Amino acid sequence: MTTTIRQTIKYDAERDRNFPKEIMARHGCEKLYGCIQCGTCSATCPVSSYMDHTPRQLMALTRAGFKKEVLSSLTIWLCASCYACTVDCPKEIKITDIMYALKRRAIEDGVYPKRFPIPILAREFFKMVKNRGRITENELAVRMFLQSNWFAMMNTWRLGLNLLRTGRFSMKPETMDRPEKLASLFQEGGPR
Amino acid sequence: MKFTYFPGCSLKGSGRAYEESLLAVCKQLGVELEELDDWNCCGATAYMAVSERQAFGLAARNLALAEQKPHELIAPCSSCYMVLKKTQKYLVEYPKIGQEVHEALSRGGLKYAGTTKIRHPLDVLVNDIGLDAIKKQVKMPLKGFKVAPYYGCQIVRPYADFDDQYDPVLMDKLFKALGAEVVKYPLKTRCCGGSLTGTLPEAGLGLSFHILREAQRRGANVLATVCPLCQFNLDAYQRDMTNKYEPVHMPIVYFTQLMGLAFGMDAKTLGLQRGIISIEPLLKKQEVVA
Repeated sequence: MTTTIRQTIKYDAERDRNFPKEIMARHGCEKLYGCIQCGTCSATCPVSSYMDHTPRQLMALTRAGFKKEVLSSLTIWLCASCYACTVDCPKEIKITDIMYALKRRAIEDGVYPKRFPIPILAREFFKMVKNRGRITENELAVRMFLQSNWFAMMNTWRLGLNLLRTGRFSMKPETMDRPEKLASLFQEGGPR
Repeated sequence: MKFTYFPGCSLKGSGRAYEESLLAVCKQLGVELEELDDWNCCGATAYMAVSERQAFGLAARNLALAEQKPHELIAPCSSCYMVLKKTQKYLVEYPKIGQEVHEALSRGGLKYAGTTKIRHPLDVLVNDIGLDAIKKQVKMPLKGFKVAPYYGCQIVRPYADFDDQYDPVLMDKLFKALGAEVVKYPLKTRCCGGSLTGTLPEAGLGLSFHILREAQRRGANVLATVCPLCQFNLDAYQRDMTNKYEPVHMPIVYFTQLMGLAFGMDAKTLGLQRGIISIEPLLKKQEVVA
């Protein structure tokens, strides 16, 4: 067995001093500097054991300006939006909102992992709502699999059959009567 | 009593049993639900990851449409409920969001003054209709039902408006009123994995598994939810959880389905045949007791 030693020393040259300020300027993120690194978020997070950086570490890295490391981290995509950290944080930092802000920033900068299913789901969800105003769940799942790991879809055949059997599979797309009514919400400035 | 009803996408899709049972139970209790005309997706958790302004705009459009009606708005899906609440709050707390959303709405000929009252059906049925009125409808008490009351995340987090944030009890009280036994269930507000169970089963499946294993250990024979995504995760992947971890097997129902059963409604009216894990064995047990 070979062991690889990860570089753990961080250098000032890797830091982007503006990054924490840019994140803090976003809605819900203003209290980032108040973080006391207590670790409550990591303890209460149900997904932290699967993350490459725990939420506490991610707060520290963001505040210190390690932009590349933060935005390419899988942690931001693993956040399930359960809001446990936001509720439990003793400094009332809206950590879930910071996770959202980091996701958006990663998409804007194009640095999210390319075939990772979670950002693909977010993008396909976005497109489907824009076009029809509503989500058709099974179609969304198929689109996600086709672009991330179509092979994984083969393993979901039983789930598909179960949904068909129980009448929970949507045969035709769910749509608003007039999805064009949403157009005014999508104008100007593009996504933010 | 009349409410405007915001079903959300799941209640028209994989969670249609929630809609079926909610409508049936409300009718029985004299609660009229009028579906919001040409509603759109609330944005859920995914849209916010792409565009904040548009996400708030989407949710606000529904609130603006609902404001034109003289009734409160019912949102049964936990995600819809939370997103609508958050939007209403942020439009005021963050003037820039408010301004952008109001401009976008007015370009579409809508306006929103911020007065729509957003309610969850669990709150409405237990607190407005009341347990006494519910008890009067019970014809088939849920004898032999040992229920794990699972509330999930988003009806208590980040906002807890109608129940305790850490130890919600409305479902506990409701099921006792229906004649069921309620097991002590400390994981009642732990996350089921949300969309992770579908996107990244390596992580999501484990979260759902813990919810079910604990319910089994506590002696439950059925688990009740208030959310279509919780129901889906816990119901549809039990085979995968069994293969990966330990055997789990438990029917997962909506709280409204249990109400309907106790009211003596037939299983099909309540969409109970839509459970991937069948509730039939438990229903037979109830008939024997009755």
